[in-house]
Amino acid sequence: MSTTKRIYLDHTAGKPIDPRVIDAMLPYMTVAYGNPASLHSFGQEPREAMEEARAIIADLINAEKKESVIFTSGATESNNMAIKGVANRNIDRGKHAITSSIEHMSVINAFKFLKTKGFEVTFIPVDKYGIVKLESLENELTEKTTIVSIMYANGEIGTIQPIKEISEIVHKKNASLHVDATVANGQVPVDVRREGIDLLTLSSNDMYGPKGIGALYIKEGTRMEPLIHGGGQERGLRSGTENLPGIVGFGKAAELAKTEMQLEGERQIRLRDRLIRGLLDSTRYSFLNGHPNKRLPDNAAVRFNFIEGEAMLLSLDMMGVAASSGSACTTKTLEPSHVLLATGLKHEEAHGSLLFTLGKQNTEEDINYVINVMPGIVKRLRAMSPLTPKELTE
Amino acid sequence: MYSQKVMEHFRNPHNMGEIEGADGVGTVGNPVCGDMMTIYIKVKENRLEDIKFKTFGCGAAIATSSMITELAKGKTLEEAIKITRKDVAEALEGLPPVKMHCSNLAADALRAAIEDYHEKKKGEKK
Repeated sequence: MSTTKRIYLDHTAGKPIDPRVIDAMLPYMTVAYGNPASLHSFGQEPREAMEEARAIIADLINAEKKESVIFTSGATESNNMAIKGVANRNIDRGKHAITSSIEHMSVINAFKFLKTKGFEVTFIPVDKYGIVKLESLENELTEKTTIVSIMYANGEIGTIQPIKEISEIVHKKNASLHVDATVANGQVPVDVRREGIDLLTLSSNDMYGPKGIGALYIKEGTRMEPLIHGGGQERGLRSGTENLPGIVGFGKAAELAKTEMQLEGERQIRLRDRLIRGLLDSTRYSFLNGHPNKRLPDNAAVRFNFIEGEAMLLSLDMMGVAASSGSACTTKTLEPSHVLLATGLKHEEAHGSLLFTLGKQNTEEDINYVINVMPGIVKRLRAMSPLTPKELTE
Repeated sequence: MYSQKVMEHFRNPHNMGEIEGADGVGTVGNPVCGDMMTIYIKVKENRLEDIKFKTFGCGAAIATSSMITELAKGKTLEEAIKITRKDVAEALEGLPPVKMHCSNLAADALRAAIEDYHEKKKGEKK
């Protein structure tokens, strides 16, 4: 059953760097290596390149000015900085923080940390599609709430949140809204001003830029404190010598995302829907995870009853296909994905989940291949499973 | 992540299926945890004449099920009941540490099947 075919459909876990991004980065490792803080000419070119990248990223999210974009080491740092930075700086106003039950672990665990420090923390539930329950958010918000963190879109189920409506609710109580747009950015247009976002997390690798670099947009006037103290870089909000090659690569990736996002998004939506239909139509007791159309272009999340996700991943890998699952066997905690459970799935349903995330390099041929091999994999594993109803094995 | 041996057994599991009219059946684990297996045994003159399994679970769960049927087939009941989780893992050239507990249930399932066989025999004698 060995195969030479290799199809990568796990783009939410990691993406290749666009070759045009690498070309843009190279000079900042070999020629223009100076420190942007230096006064001499060696520092000047990196400084200009850094400010240009900042401007491009600010433009991508329609920030009011480039100085609102702070470079960080990635989405995890940006999320931690936004949540802890606002919560700690506004203790005089209150110690209540709100997030949703389907956030990334870098948000969930930052909130759990706040809880150990005496903050009151509320996790808002979601509906079966993974959309935050707005009435619940409205009910939980108080005058003591200082920070609300809701993701733009979820990487495991693809569901996109109604950020503008969330923002209107949050701002009625004068709390700050942080939005983790890690997986959404570069896939769908994000507009911090139109959508009323106070803090926004961005990641470079999710836009085919290098790993280890991200940004936090902070709306002017947002009261917050830094996570990392030092030499005062990034307006004192994020000290440490700037990762220049990373920043330049991130800027190039953002520039490419801005010009190519729409066409590529439309292409991926066609492939995504073909994949979802192909998988669900060919196998009984198979279901879509997440929302049918309020979902990211790259995200095909499904589940198959009576079998387990890791066994499906191994089987797919044997056929050359790389995917992901929210099964307990594929997580560090040995619990199924908190996101799938939050949408109301039973444990055994979450164990049977499978996640394909598309990328720029995927073709229709790739999708057809997966659609062709999947029914056989499901059939084989179902034949082994004591949970499979008799009607399916005969 | 997995040894060659685990992948061999995952790819081509041995003795997969059910035994009609089995002399003993043992089920351990549950679908909520993500691993559940049933072992069926046929006993002749105190030996495991036939053994089959059905498993819901990850690669390790399937491979350990397959391996225990290999280790136990043809053994006397006394020999078979002594097979441990560790024996199964060693025969598979090791399991990832995290899988040692959650997915290495096959020895327990076999023991449950043998106990079920003894229970049934007791019932017959009465």
